[in-house]
Amino acid sequence: MGATVALQVTVNGESHDSEVPARMLLVHYLRDELGLTGTHVGCDTSNCGACTCLVDGESAKSCTVLAVQCDGAQITTIEGMAGPDGELHALQEGFWAEHGLQCGYCTPGMIMAAADLLERRTADGPISEQEVRKGLEGNLCRCTGYHNIVKAVQAAAEASREVAA
Amino acid sequence: MSTVEVPPTKHVGQSLRRKEDPRLITGRATYVDDLALPGMLHAAVVRSPEAHARVVAIDASAALARPGIKAVYTGEDMSDLLAPLPMAWAPPGVEIKTPERWPLVRGHVRHMGDAVALVIGDDKYVVVDAAADVEVEYESLPVVIDVEQALKDEVLVHASLGTNKTHEWSMGGGGDIEQALAASDVVVQRRIVNHRTAGAAMEPRGCIAEYRAGALTVWSSTQVPHLLRLFYAVQMGISEDKVRVIAPEVGGGFGGKLQVCAEETMCAWASRKLGRPVKWIETRSENMAVSHHGRDQVDYVRMGATADGKITAFHAKIIQDLGAYFGLLTPMIPELGAFVMTGCYAIPVVQTDIVGVLTNKFFTDAIRGAGRPEMTHMLEVMIDQLAEELGIDPIELRRRNFIAPEQFPYETPYGITYDSGNYEAALDRALEIVDMEAFRAEQADLRSRGVLRGIGFSTYTEICGLAPSRAVGPSGFGLGIGLYESALVRVHPTGSVTVYTGASPHGQGHETGFAQIVADRVGTDPSVVEIVHGDTATGPMGLGTYGSRSLSVGGVAVAHAAEKIAQKAREIVAHNLEADPADIEVRDGRFSLKGDPDQGMTLAEVAGCAYVDATKMPEGMELGLEQALIYDPSNFVFPFGTHVCVVDVDPETGKVEVVRWVAVDDCGPAVNPMLIDGQVHGGIVHGIGQAIYEQVVYDERGQLVTGTFVDYALPTTMEVPSFETDRTETKSPSNSLGVKGIGEAGTIAATPAIVNAVIDALRHEGISFIDMPLTPLRVWQALEQARGDGNGPRDSEQGASLPAQGEGSAGSGPTIPEGGRS
Ligand code: FES
Ligand code: FES
Repeated sequence: MGATVALQVTVNGESHDSEVPARMLLVHYLRDELGLTGTHVGCDTSNCGACTCLVDGESAKSCTVLAVQCDGAQITTIEGMAGPDGELHALQEGFWAEHGLQCGYCTPGMIMAAADLLERRTADGPISEQEVRKGLEGNLCRCTGYHNIVKAVQAAAEASREVAA
Repeated sequence: MSTVEVPPTKHVGQSLRRKEDPRLITGRATYVDDLALPGMLHAAVVRSPEAHARVVAIDASAALARPGIKAVYTGEDMSDLLAPLPMAWAPPGVEIKTPERWPLVRGHVRHMGDAVALVIGDDKYVVVDAAADVEVEYESLPVVIDVEQALKDEVLVHASLGTNKTHEWSMGGGGDIEQALAASDVVVQRRIVNHRTAGAAMEPRGCIAEYRAGALTVWSSTQVPHLLRLFYAVQMGISEDKVRVIAPEVGGGFGGKLQVCAEETMCAWASRKLGRPVKWIETRSENMAVSHHGRDQVDYVRMGATADGKITAFHAKIIQDLGAYFGLLTPMIPELGAFVMTGCYAIPVVQTDIVGVLTNKFFTDAIRGAGRPEMTHMLEVMIDQLAEELGIDPIELRRRNFIAPEQFPYETPYGITYDSGNYEAALDRALEIVDMEAFRAEQADLRSRGVLRGIGFSTYTEICGLAPSRAVGPSGFGLGIGLYESALVRVHPTGSVTVYTGASPHGQGHETGFAQIVADRVGTDPSVVEIVHGDTATGPMGLGTYGSRSLSVGGVAVAHAAEKIAQKAREIVAHNLEADPADIEVRDGRFSLKGDPDQGMTLAEVAGCAYVDATKMPEGMELGLEQALIYDPSNFVFPFGTHVCVVDVDPETGKVEVVRWVAVDDCGPAVNPMLIDGQVHGGIVHGIGQAIYEQVVYDERGQLVTGTFVDYALPTTMEVPSFETDRTETKSPSNSLGVKGIGEAGTIAATPAIVNAVIDALRHEGISFIDMPLTPLRVWQALEQARGDGNGPRDSEQGASLPAQGEGSAGSGPTIPEGGRS
């Protein structure tokens, strides 16, 4: 595997010090080293978004980032989205309520990409279908036809707005 | 058919939130790649860069020299396998020349990606490095890619077969097709290419095989665990009881995981050889090259009619591009389509002639719809072509030929009995939603402003619910095994319930829908009904999930087992209340006395009698509360509906955009309407993908051009609209739930609606026919040709006449992939 490099990352609030091969992808570090298998791999060309997680608050395709590039970073994966007592994040709730998933393989990536989308949104008012579609263009789903994913994200945005109001 | 009275329902019919979702939305589900076993080794496959070649030599020394590499195996090493990979269709009376397919090639490669060697090591990165170090010397052989070229037998894919034509299969019904066509007032003929596509489930294939102490366990991302157990036992010479196959969470299938995969057999073999578990996880690039493709046929179709629009005859000659080998069901696929050749229409004379042809490409097999999308595409496109020829509105033409509701059960000229239907009702409902008058006004208005908008219809019916055993099995249609489904319902002493099903879901929502069915029957809540699937060591023999069969076969099996439990419970309750079992009903979550609901018992109390206090059981009744059975239906089921597509075509770029979609489907009474909608949405997008964006392209040397998601354009959120769905409900008399399948219907319906819509948008530009995929290049070329500047496509691609063979075959498109996303 070649030379290893020291790495410190905080994942879902927990700090990890590791020695990893320089070429190890972030997604493999999360899955194989930390056992966080909720982040999936669906392609080898950065197209599908199944591997999406948040690196320092921004969505990143973890198949396209080396683990060592994340030294010192704060990472959030799907496992870190629910609250400490297991209460679901608004997006998780939205995906469940609106049937925004079937096989579930794309779902963690979709939720993380949607989290980034909602987080970065500055506009007021309900989020439009087009805004959601544009925001999730980098995430593929073969099962749902996207219809209910869009509704799920809109429902989550609405629920968050109500909480904030 | 069951005679058991269906209880008043409570949970069935509700859009219950899915029981499977909590683990999936929190990242706690376990797909095969999420598993690791102690001592587990990793596998990578050395694949051929050549489309056709003799393997002269394989030198694995450099690979073996790498630290961490345990072994490199070739086809010769695996010569102790007892059987090649299976093809499971042997129709009585038809000879099918079946090329042998072994997990690793034995001397020749016949398509790009053919498996030459297996590398095993203890790290997943290192096995990939080592695979690149395996030196293979090839002697190139001539390649044939175009299916009609292959028919000429100038280049043979398997020299030992002496021909590329593996079989011919013809079915006719209702009379002589040539006479019927000759007697028609008009005959419309077209050449229609249904191009090669990929299943492209988001989770690629993968497995872990562990051979330990004489027993084999395989975790596989599969749709058919029990079939895999059977075939591993045969290939490896292990008694079937010593083989266990587990389908963990499966990330989509779409037919692509209805396969006995070469790589999985290799891992099982290697695990036995090395005494350690072996894991193989497919990369997406491998998935595009060597997970079976779908569709890929060239169709010559003729439709005859009277001048007033009665269809008199329909003939399809199908040239099926098989690829270089057969998968599990490869040659059978177009035959499945032939069974619904008449669609929704009373067509008196039909004929299907199928030719199977080998080419140097990966094999095709069942992908969502499997034969029925191809046939429905031909039929529904031809209806519009005929309407144009006759000057009759395409909707009116459909109405004139619909089988009427009172004609059911309706026997088609092929002897297939459609169970039930009301095609006009679904069409009428769709028209209500669409409002054609408003649409035509809007279309005219947009056209005056340079926007080309069109509308297209597809009124489909399809055959699904794959079973009954007698019809499809070895002595019937010729499948190697009859199709039925098993269920085991086990009530625990505390009254919670575990249900084992032989269906094997990968996203459909069985755990929810089946729980709803059981809960209503045994008077409990779906939250305490656990559905267990995908493990051959738990429930009885099962056949898996494909062909929209899970609910109408597996779900009905579960219902029947639950009804038998309920019957036993009624007897136990009656015994304790000193009442007649006939007076006990399931009501408000209890078994209670009719007319006096205060008197009764909960399921937990009944279970207490059955397991805890035998004195409360009726004399002579066996203890326990458990029922296993196998359900074999009396017929297929035939869902139907109307799909309406509205497109805008950009006159400058040829880009097609779907702007509206109305779908009215009828799959009988809904168990969970939300799940039905989800299946319809996904199915339609699969069809939109094929019609506009997706195409597997090989160049003339057999190189796969669309080898990744960069080149193979799956629709994203931006390429599809949201959908307007509705349903009509026509019960199937074939099963006690009255249900029909819905998993493939959207895909089956979709593509012709899109083609018809694009033609509707372009007709005034002089374009009356165009084939899929409707990429900007193809549409733009058609527009340019119609405008008369000579940049247009060849005649053959327009299908206006029957051209010379060898032009524009399915799957052998231009070297530069068309389409792609914006
Ligand atoms: S696995 Fe990262 S984008 Fe597909
Ligand atoms: S839910 Fe299966 S890929 Fe999205």
